Amino acid sequence: MRNIAYTEAILEATNQLMQKDPNVIVFGLDVDDPKAIQGTTKGLPAKFGSERVFGTPLSEDAMTGAAVGMALAGLRPIHIHIRMDFMLLAMNQLVNIAAKSHYMYGGRVNIPLVVRSMIGKSWGQGAQHSQSLYSFFMHVPGLKVVAPTTPYDAKGCLIEAVKDNNPVIYVEHRILHFQKGYVPQKMYTVGPGKARITSPGKDITLVGISNMQLECQHAKFYLEQVGVEAEVIDPIWLSPLDIATIVESVKKTGRLIVVDNDWVTCGASSEIVAAVIERLPGKSIAVKRMGFAQVTCPPTPALENLFYPNGITIAQAAYDLIEGKKTNWAPTPKDHLQEIEFRGPF
Amino acid sequence: MDKSKLTNFYTSLYKIRRVEEEISKVYATDKIKSPVHLSIGQEAISVGVCEALLPQDVVFGTYRGHALYLAKGGNLNEMIAELYGKATGSNAGKGGSMHLIDTNAGVMGQSAVVGTTIPQAVGYAYAQKYLKTKRIVVSFFGDGAIEEGVFHESINFAAVKKLPIIFICENNFYAIHTHHQQRQANLNIWEKAKSYGAPSERIEGNDIFKIYERVRETVDSLRKGSEGPFFFECMTYRWKEHVGPGEDFHLGYRTEEERKPWMENDQLLKVAQLINPTTRKKIEDQIEKEIKEAFEFAEKSPFPKDSALFTDVFK
Repeated sequence: MRNIAYTEAILEATNQLMQKDPNVIVFGLDVDDPKAIQGTTKGLPAKFGSERVFGTPLSEDAMTGAAVGMALAGLRPIHIHIRMDFMLLAMNQLVNIAAKSHYMYGGRVNIPLVVRSMIGKSWGQGAQHSQSLYSFFMHVPGLKVVAPTTPYDAKGCLIEAVKDNNPVIYVEHRILHFQKGYVPQKMYTVGPGKARITSPGKDITLVGISNMQLECQHAKFYLEQVGVEAEVIDPIWLSPLDIATIVESVKKTGRLIVVDNDWVTCGASSEIVAAVIERLPGKSIAVKRMGFAQVTCPPTPALENLFYPNGITIAQAAYDLIEGKKTNWAPTPKDHLQEIEFRGPF
Repeated sequence: MDKSKLTNFYTSLYKIRRVEEEISKVYATDKIKSPVHLSIGQEAISVGVCEALLPQDVVFGTYRGHALYLAKGGNLNEMIAELYGKATGSNAGKGGSMHLIDTNAGVMGQSAVVGTTIPQAVGYAYAQKYLKTKRIVVSFFGDGAIEEGVFHESINFAAVKKLPIIFICENNFYAIHTHHQQRQANLNIWEKAKSYGAPSERIEGNDIFKIYERVRETVDSLRKGSEGPFFFECMTYRWKEHVGPGEDFHLGYRTEEERKPWMENDQLLKVAQLINPTTRKKIEDQIEKEIKEAFEFAEKSPFPKDSALFTDVFK
């Protein structure tokens, strides 16, 4: 069993994809600089040349359009944004063109494009380095969206995304970059349409998206202190979403909390909760959505700690949902369940 | 100018003009299920440029794209069927007039949002350079697109990477109803392009011969390995309203006097005078036949089936 970091898994996948297919090219701000996007593009320029791996002008809008044009011409571009917030500068090309071309042009063209981006957290990331905009993209037909949590899924989903003939929004969380885990050396894919039950349980279903998958795992351990067995699910692909796996779990547990690394309003958590309720007519289930506080992300740790759900607040919410009332129960904090500390500046 | 080129000019100009005149006639019947932004008056640019290209070269355009589509060799039957919303349309009824495509003819896309196809053309050109094809890409847009940030980002990247692309700005003076002078302080659009390092020039008078000659020279040099990009600001004038088949002088934003010299300088008539009447008649008869057949094709074609609503979301 070989354990490597999430960033190493992405680099390995990219290397293998580029070796296999000369049409795969990689670009974005700073992809060829010394920091190499947290190491995820390290060594690629030297190995594959500056025509295949290049840093771009600070032109997110045009470079997204250029990526679409390259895809139209038969290349398979991977366009990288070091923060997801920067994708707001590229919405016209992503929503009006990348998502719509296959349909609007009557199936005559398709856009095999992967857009990688990172969600920041802690060390003062603040208002414009912390957003998870994936619900924007889930809303639009023609885009696929994936937010892998583990190094295994990071590699398998990236290979799947590049092989896909459609635009895929591939979302990484900066905190997850530090995770280590089992990653096979060979190429493999983790495809859309299959969520993963990461821990089985019978009392409540916890769906954790992106970094909140880790927090749900922490919550599961805390809930053991009061004898609650939580079932934790990682959707992995948000669009298309495997709702059936979540519905099956909720049928069993009767309770659902979706914890998102995003605002709740019109977010993935709202979508998942609604989709589950629609599929269980007449069944009485208890549901809750958790996510960012409905405010702009503050950089000061004093407020930032309150902005995000964490293992303790998720466990408390789960216990209250089971008890059907506010209990004031608080688990005993465990140091080993604290988040890996992220030190800046980047 | 050799005779066959002149014949091609006339064929293409006549076809575009007559197709759009027929669209205007039919429009009142509501058989056309799409807003139409007519090219009448501006045909010379699409024709002059596309006559300098090879079939394998690729163009990207705008919502005012009928002329470009036809000048590059787009299928007429499919175009009219698309306007009618039929399953046999160029986009299977899912694009409409503003998004005509014909991948067989190198018409790779047209967009309703101003400036939107410019970076796609640049990316397509990047791929041609990377794949070492000899294909040339031409990006068409209007004077309004110069005000979109994406134009500046795109031409900068094309210049940095020295891409085999020609930018064609069709300057018709108006963004819908707002004059160029109200929108830009420096009215020399070509100068802005030049500042990014792209050889740039203005071609006055909607002059098909000049446009063809300059673009052909540019295409030749790109094909021989010169580095792009190149930029042409082609002065022209839209005869009809922004969208729809009618006139719009009653709105008061422009006058018939302003249009008059452009109509007197009609490139279709100018080219017609250089072709002998027998040849001209032959061309016209052939095109009239094609247009009649295209409208019949559209009339007879079926609408898409209900199930088509959900096809082609993903490949």
